[in-house]
Amino acid sequence: MEQTAYNFKEVMSKPERLAPGHRMCAGCGGTITVRTVLRALEEGDKAVIGNATGCLEVSSFMYPYTAYEDSYIHNAFENAGATLAGVETAYRVLKKRGKIKDNFKFITFGGDGGTYDIGFQSLSGAMERGHDMVYVCYDNGAYMNTGTQRSSATPQYADTTTTPAGKVSAGKVQVRKDLAAIIAEHHVPYVGQSTFTSNFKDLYTKAQKAIYTPGAAFLNVMSPCPRGWGYEPSEMMNICKMAMETCYWPLFEVVEGKWILNYEPKNKMPIEEFLKPQRRFRHLFKKENEELIGKFQEEIDRRWEELRNKCN
Amino acid sequence: MAIRERLSGNEAVAYAIKQVNPDVMPAFPITPSTEIPQYVANYIANGEIDTEFIHVESEHSAMSATIGASAAGARAITATSSCGMALMWEELYVAASNRLPIVLALVNRALSGPININADHSDSMGARDTGWIQIYAESNQEVYDNFIQAFPIAEDKRVHLPVMVCQDGFITSHGVENILLVEDDKVKGFVGEYQPEHYLLHPEEKMALGPYAVSNYYMETKRAQRQAMIQAREVILETAARFEEMTGRKYGFFEEYRMEDAEYAVVIIGSAAGTCKAAIDEIRNTTGTKAGLIKIRVFRPFPEDEIAKALSGVKAVAIMDRSEMFSATSGPLGAEVRAALYQAHSSVEAVNYFYGLGGRDITVSDFKTVYGNLETIAQTHVVTGMYEYIGLRSEQSKEV
Repeated sequence: MEQTAYNFKEVMSKPERLAPGHRMCAGCGGTITVRTVLRALEEGDKAVIGNATGCLEVSSFMYPYTAYEDSYIHNAFENAGATLAGVETAYRVLKKRGKIKDNFKFITFGGDGGTYDIGFQSLSGAMERGHDMVYVCYDNGAYMNTGTQRSSATPQYADTTTTPAGKVSAGKVQVRKDLAAIIAEHHVPYVGQSTFTSNFKDLYTKAQKAIYTPGAAFLNVMSPCPRGWGYEPSEMMNICKMAMETCYWPLFEVVEGKWILNYEPKNKMPIEEFLKPQRRFRHLFKKENEELIGKFQEEIDRRWEELRNKCN
Repeated sequence: MAIRERLSGNEAVAYAIKQVNPDVMPAFPITPSTEIPQYVANYIANGEIDTEFIHVESEHSAMSATIGASAAGARAITATSSCGMALMWEELYVAASNRLPIVLALVNRALSGPININADHSDSMGARDTGWIQIYAESNQEVYDNFIQAFPIAEDKRVHLPVMVCQDGFITSHGVENILLVEDDKVKGFVGEYQPEHYLLHPEEKMALGPYAVSNYYMETKRAQRQAMIQAREVILETAARFEEMTGRKYGFFEEYRMEDAEYAVVIIGSAAGTCKAAIDEIRNTTGTKAGLIKIRVFRPFPEDEIAKALSGVKAVAIMDRSEMFSATSGPLGAEVRAALYQAHSSVEAVNYFYGLGGRDITVSDFKTVYGNLETIAQTHVVTGMYEYIGLRSEQSKEV
């Protein structure tokens, strides 16, 4: 597919493939991820959309209504990878046997619970086998559908309902898993990590590449959750910006094994700028927890250096 | 002309798969069903069929991918045993409630623990409430014939349910027997081209599958599944009739062996029926006791009325379970058959035994003891030995 210059107005004018009327929260990052990724499909291209159980699924396909303009399959929580692998394989064999003529693309969405954790094996299998599909993780850093329980994508020190900050606890103990790197180690042709930039160019172009690169592709998209993170919906874009500016959430891609850094802030901002607007990190700003912010910063710095080395 | 061969049960299933040439087969190895995907992989590697095999990383993914493929519009199958089936458990419900006509070759094996690789029915009996049709076999011939019949049953518009074709691990799966195979073109004609009505890749319509359904809708979907299971009864019999026309081999919900004048009956599932038949012949030739057998072929849907009718003339019946359900009372078959008798206001004396767990052998002599017990029960009208384990190594092992 030919890459044309990104035109924000044109892209936003494309017909929506996730119809309005679904039941996702105002200020939900997951929905924005879905709409942006689906916009990257060429108009006229058919698609089958998959979905792991989660907020998105129960809010966008509540019988008898579906918000999807394309064919859609939800199976269970932990098997979005295997399920869409089955669909994609059926497509190849039915095409081979001359039973269908249309071209289809295959895109599945899962939250971090369904992707990093319970669906990790199913995702790994689908990626390793190289199905021509895109797995998109809308990573909001906890099990939001069941009420903000910690996942392996939850950042360290986050206050969740299963790692509550308390008198003797400062939230989640462990650091978050680096799933994009793990999937890159599967040696799939395309992996991208993104979030919402002011004009959505980064996510849109990565989605285009993921969809139109033959073989298995993975997108990890930081998708803030107003209820789980505790921010005003109007703050979301700023939080995403601060995630990039502090290097908490670097934008990068791995194309045929080559690591590419997509954004390097001129002045790396201190991590407080990302943490401050979020209720889940409120306890870190108490006097007695000052050193924890320092530890958080050290981890960010260490991973940022590691990523830069990979990208050079 | 039918083809005379000598095949194991696994080879027979694989041969049927070759003849059907399904669109997609995701599978994961597990003893004793592993040979089935191996044979299929060989057929594909040698260009004998062009099925797409998916090398999934678990049985959960095997059933998930089978569901995805079937929903997309493909004829999709898989094979498994025991713990593999247990890992699929959640997905068995999804397959049935989505009304996907998947065919699963199940090679029955005991569930852990302790880990055991031999035959019993704890895997499929554990899945008896998942909404799948279950068909069982005594011999290699039967599992081959059942497997071919499974497609037209599952895919019939009145049914649209997944079918589990069960055989006993090692006993038939690895035991080699003489078998009559149906010619390729006849098998292809019998199962027909798969033409789904609604599917994800349909050229003209879009489909959404797997909704969240609140309590306003959930119950109706279950009732619809129940209706499909009720309708499956006639489709199973029609398919069997069509199969008999093609091969001369007769099938129904169950087989009756020397039941015309039987006074004492055993009800059993699977390969042990063969041993029971040998015992019946011996008993009838020596003591003259009128012994008979009902061998269940279709456990889901359960042929309640037919079984009660078939047992209406006997004095006593022994229902033999090859799996526990730890109700501290009956086994699954025992519960079903006795419910059928109660509903028919039957006064036949019934005893429920457990046998063959984890591959424990059952012999002609064991069956002779069972028929002897039935005679005593019929005379005394006292049911002794209810829920006994046949062939237990020692009485001490009953103690806690």
